[in-house]
Amino acid sequence: MEVLKIATAGSVDDGKSTLIGRLLYDTKSLTTDKLEAIEEKSKANGFDYIDFSLATDGLVAEREQGITIDVAHIYFSTAKKSYIIADTPGHVEYTRNMVTGASTSQAAIILVDARKGVVEQTYRHFFINDLLRVKEIVVAVNKMDLVDYSEEIFSTIIGEFKKIAAKQSFKAQKITFIPISALNGANVVKKSEEMPWFKGLSILDHLEALTPSDKEMKGARFSVQTIIRPKQDEYHDFRGYAGKTMGGDLKVGDQVMVLPSGNCSKIKEIQFYKTSYKIVTAGTSCTITLEDDINVSRGDVLVLADHAPELTKQLTASVCWMDTLPLKVGANYKVQQGTSQILAKVRHIHSRLHTDFSGEEACQELTLNEVGKIDVQLSKPFLKDSFASHKSTGSFILIDPQSNATAGIGFIE
Amino acid sequence: MQSTVKRDIHSVGESLAINPLESEAVYIFREVIAQFERPVLLFSGGKDSITLVRLAQKAFFPSKIPFPLLHIDTGHNFPETIAFRDQLVEDLGLTLIVRNVQDSIDAGKVIEETGKYASRNRLQTITLLDALDEFKFDAAIGGARRDEEKARAKERIFSVRDDFGQWDEKNQRPELFDFLNGNIDHGQNVRVFPISNWTELDVWSYIHQENIKIPSIYFAHKRPTFFRDGMLWSAQDDVVYRAKDEEVVERTVRFRTVGDMSCTAAILSDADTLEKVVGEIRSSTISERGARIDDKRSEAAMEKRKQQGYF
Repeated sequence: MEVLKIATAGSVDDGKSTLIGRLLYDTKSLTTDKLEAIEEKSKANGFDYIDFSLATDGLVAEREQGITIDVAHIYFSTAKKSYIIADTPGHVEYTRNMVTGASTSQAAIILVDARKGVVEQTYRHFFINDLLRVKEIVVAVNKMDLVDYSEEIFSTIIGEFKKIAAKQSFKAQKITFIPISALNGANVVKKSEEMPWFKGLSILDHLEALTPSDKEMKGARFSVQTIIRPKQDEYHDFRGYAGKTMGGDLKVGDQVMVLPSGNCSKIKEIQFYKTSYKIVTAGTSCTITLEDDINVSRGDVLVLADHAPELTKQLTASVCWMDTLPLKVGANYKVQQGTSQILAKVRHIHSRLHTDFSGEEACQELTLNEVGKIDVQLSKPFLKDSFASHKSTGSFILIDPQSNATAGIGFIE
Repeated sequence: MQSTVKRDIHSVGESLAINPLESEAVYIFREVIAQFERPVLLFSGGKDSITLVRLAQKAFFPSKIPFPLLHIDTGHNFPETIAFRDQLVEDLGLTLIVRNVQDSIDAGKVIEETGKYASRNRLQTITLLDALDEFKFDAAIGGARRDEEKARAKERIFSVRDDFGQWDEKNQRPELFDFLNGNIDHGQNVRVFPISNWTELDVWSYIHQENIKIPSIYFAHKRPTFFRDGMLWSAQDDVVYRAKDEEVVERTVRFRTVGDMSCTAAILSDADTLEKVVGEIRSSTISERGARIDDKRSEAAMEKRKQQGYF
């Protein structure tokens, strides 16, 4: 069955948890025991409505503070699709967890409180989804019940949002505006009777119709994870490269180049478990064998020989910093692209974005949750893939060699 | 027409298309092998760890599964599960390590719970941590799913644990795109959850699709049982506390989740085939963990256990 991954984003109290709870409730995805537990706890907390955030805020600290700290993954399905919702935190200090949730999502729902309109956090949420090139954005204007379901207010918010969206770098991004009341269930699963002026789909109907894919990437990338050598009599000479195809398809007979060595060979076989295939489609794990006995190891990337990318030891990238220790010029990090991990040095920090994302400024370091542009010097050659053309190899993580922390995420220009 | 069929490949297909959950799990298994020196698969004989075994077979075929299985045996297992475990290990030529909670009790490391709700589930943690230490395992692969429980919904796929096996839930490594960062210090280990993103229904559908063998207790059978706190308990064995006035009746039941017998309840069901089980799960209005009494101890039962090193 088709799986759609969605991330939600919104400021505190914009109603993310209520929206998710409503989606679960109206699609009958909340089991009786969980619903009863939520009802009981809501009553014990003195609420006169069902507090759906109890379904998603799984940590003690979250329930104590009434805020979401880390991503929760929530699952539900309809007859048509399976859904995985990454419920991400809205607080500025947990931006890195928001990026975590958004990075694996094909669609994002950004909540805006109809009473407050577009706020600073809305900029941040939109910008991160733009940076991550999330293709489908739903702007859910929530709490319409508190503004008399006013079409005028909804239109004003669309206008405000479109001003931010004009700055987007990802032009293929699609933005859909839906006025909702998560509390009452208006336009969440069912179309609202209070807003007859809205001609679009409810959130669920909109999601049901989406079919985002990574197919637009130019040419396949196959990062080798590990080498399969059975060392058993039956498979004496077997040497298979285990990995996942990214971006495009690969087929038996394709002339491939191994990067960074530049050695070429032909795909002899594509296998998965006990079956051999002619073609493997993008996003699928498999094992590949080659015609020639050439040197291939973990971290190498197989590409189509006639569409091979350039290699480089210097790159410029946007970075979202996620560590409490700041990123500094001259510092060494392990940089991971695909499955290849190499040492790198930060050469230069061009700029960092203002916290409201209104513009850039010069700086000496990037601190937690900041986004900036840097130059990196690599110890070995890297694929010069832009994030725009290849999501898999156009991004990288920076690992602090001392703490082992995943300190940042980079997007190659 | 096909001449490329080799003796090690059993059939030929046109196109290997995406099965996102399977592809993701296989990818995770391969990262474990590449990034760690001494991985182990935590095996309970339940449907999730059985599914993990099949996924590991697929990830490394035609090689054998390149790590041992570790069973932390509470001593309160369903006999059918143990028989199944031993047969599976023999069939696939795997290495099985068993460590017993009873040994931890005998050594005075843990104290057996008493009373109506006594269970060895929580005690497993110490035995698990000792076993990881004994064999210097640096990655422990488990079948936990995020849809099971809300603390699990928060956990990363590569979950770093400190020297004491503790989970720091407020300071988890960001996990971006497909990147799995398994860099750890000596003494730390990582818990790995390849089927994090699967739901209970996904697991059952996969078992059905792949026709994977599972222990018989997952199918409807007759068993002496009694009701307590709205749940149905097995009266077949003496590990479950039973008051004198709790009446034992033979009923047709099956188990939806298989853990320590002392904390795993049965459900009334006549689903005796995989088709019927999948159908039953699809229409169920009760969650899987609704049958686990140890999760009902408090709002944060799972989170607390995980902080202490539970998987």
